[in-house]
Amino acid sequence: MSSDSATRITPGNALRPEDIAAAGTRADRDTAAYALRLGDDALVLAQRLGWWISRAPELEEDVALGNIALDLIGHARSFLSYAGSADGRTEDDLAYWRNETEFRSAHLVEQPNGDFARTIARQLVVSFYQFELYGSLQHSADPTLAAIAAKAVKEVDYHRDHSAQWVLRLGLGTAESRGRMIRALELTWPYVGELFDDDELAASLGDRAVLPSSLKPAFDRGIAAVLRQAELEVPAVPSAPGGGRRGQHSEHLGYLLAEMQVLARDHPGAAW
Amino acid sequence: MSGETMSGQEHFDALIAADARVEPRDWMPEGYRKTLVRQISQHAHSEIIGMQPEANWITRAPSLKRKAILMAKVQDEAGHGLYLYSAAETLGTPRDQMTADLIAGKARYSSIFNYPTLTWADMGAIGWLVDGAAICNQVPLCRASYGPYGRAMVRICKEESFHQRQGFEILLELANGTAAQRDMAQDAINRWYAPSLMMFGPPDEDSPNSRQSMAWNIKRFSNDELRSRFVGMIVEQVKVLGLTLPDTDIRYNEETERWEHGPLDWKEFSEVLAGRGPCNSQRLARRREAHEDGAWVREAAAAYAARQAGSVGAGAVSNETGAA
Repeated sequence: MSSDSATRITPGNALRPEDIAAAGTRADRDTAAYALRLGDDALVLAQRLGWWISRAPELEEDVALGNIALDLIGHARSFLSYAGSADGRTEDDLAYWRNETEFRSAHLVEQPNGDFARTIARQLVVSFYQFELYGSLQHSADPTLAAIAAKAVKEVDYHRDHSAQWVLRLGLGTAESRGRMIRALELTWPYVGELFDDDELAASLGDRAVLPSSLKPAFDRGIAAVLRQAELEVPAVPSAPGGGRRGQHSEHLGYLLAEMQVLARDHPGAAW
Repeated sequence: MSGETMSGQEHFDALIAADARVEPRDWMPEGYRKTLVRQISQHAHSEIIGMQPEANWITRAPSLKRKAILMAKVQDEAGHGLYLYSAAETLGTPRDQMTADLIAGKARYSSIFNYPTLTWADMGAIGWLVDGAAICNQVPLCRASYGPYGRAMVRICKEESFHQRQGFEILLELANGTAAQRDMAQDAINRWYAPSLMMFGPPDEDSPNSRQSMAWNIKRFSNDELRSRFVGMIVEQVKVLGLTLPDTDIRYNEETERWEHGPLDWKEFSEVLAGRGPCNSQRLARRREAHEDGAWVREAAAAYAARQAGSVGAGAVSNETGAA
């Protein structure tokens, strides 16, 4: 793992969502649909992680999970700003005024927080996936996607380290933590497969996007290394069918969005 | 006279007389140490409990930008709690002990956090009024005689003043928004005004500990002096919002050179202080629950640290978290 830390990224060299909106670059329809997937994954996960702030097992972890959630909100804002540029919508139009079936996030990110082990198992998968994804996407032929990914990959590298360090501690800590970690991996793994499913959209974008299946070998190697060190195994559980990229979600997303959107929808047209 | 030939008390008295810093290695009177541990740990607990009323709106923040700002703010409060616990630890009280006292209901924290955050505008009112009052209280603490406390306060005050501006900006946006938003902002100011004035503590004539703290250069101004200064600040700022403070008695007294305000309900203050406020039980329960639910995680981290150190069962560090 690289020694670069997310904390070293200064506002001066980072691409902000406001910069994307101000640049006036318009995404074409397919690129926007692709950006929407990435933005929705980051947004839904940030919404989940934000719940932990003030409830974490240790103050240092309130700070760490808060940091990760903040990074993800930043990525979401950038991807959604760019996605919205295709038809004149803002990041908030997309976040607050779309219904459940219009979201394109994967099922994994909408899974409940559960106990700390379950949150960490979800973080392990997402951070290793996003690290490979953004690592490739920073070379995208689309300069905006490349710029967002180039910033995000450095932050996600820290998320990867955070989750891996916790998998080691929970896996090798006490009998209870080990039992919880094993169960958490079992509850998480049905939703891993969906992340790597190819479809027409990803394929049609060519060198502007990243073909999800191409990320799987590096993801598997990274995960295997962490789990081996933690004396854990990839759980042998069946995959769920997914469908998030087509707007078919699990039972959880509706509640998450109801809470996230309630205030904004109470005040149509208001600025905040 | 050199430090070596002076007694501890003489050395301490000389530091205070010179308005210099007392450091952890210096001898200090037991009362001074106790007063500081009480004050610093109460401040730390206030930061930690104070995360809850604002965390209440993280999942419902009405725009992504506001959500990010709010998350960052609540996270800053966790950071403030951490510096302050560290400052208190330099006086010989471990963080675990302070946490245990908090969740056992034995330690105090600022009563203001026992009020509920009922609307989004409360995020603005807390930033503007509660953080504003905290700043008035805390800026003088940057010069507190105890070095680690004063230094922690320098950093905290910088972040607090940023929070205050963010809170004001939330209210300004609401005040310039729809009629419903404007009402929301006024309602929040109405609810937070008096509790924020009471954050400065009881009137001077009823504040028994203040005199000694002032003599020790921990406290620099009296409760009423600071409260008056705060009223003078917000009475001007509320005009920019185009909203009002729920107090028709505010006036500047030329003779005393102080801002005066209407009567405050000190009976309510005592009730909340005694644990009978709207959210006392809820706030404490939530902290206890987070601590108890997280016990197995902290135990795992300690066991892992011990295992890494090659001596299982010995030298486990309870604060080990594994976070980078």
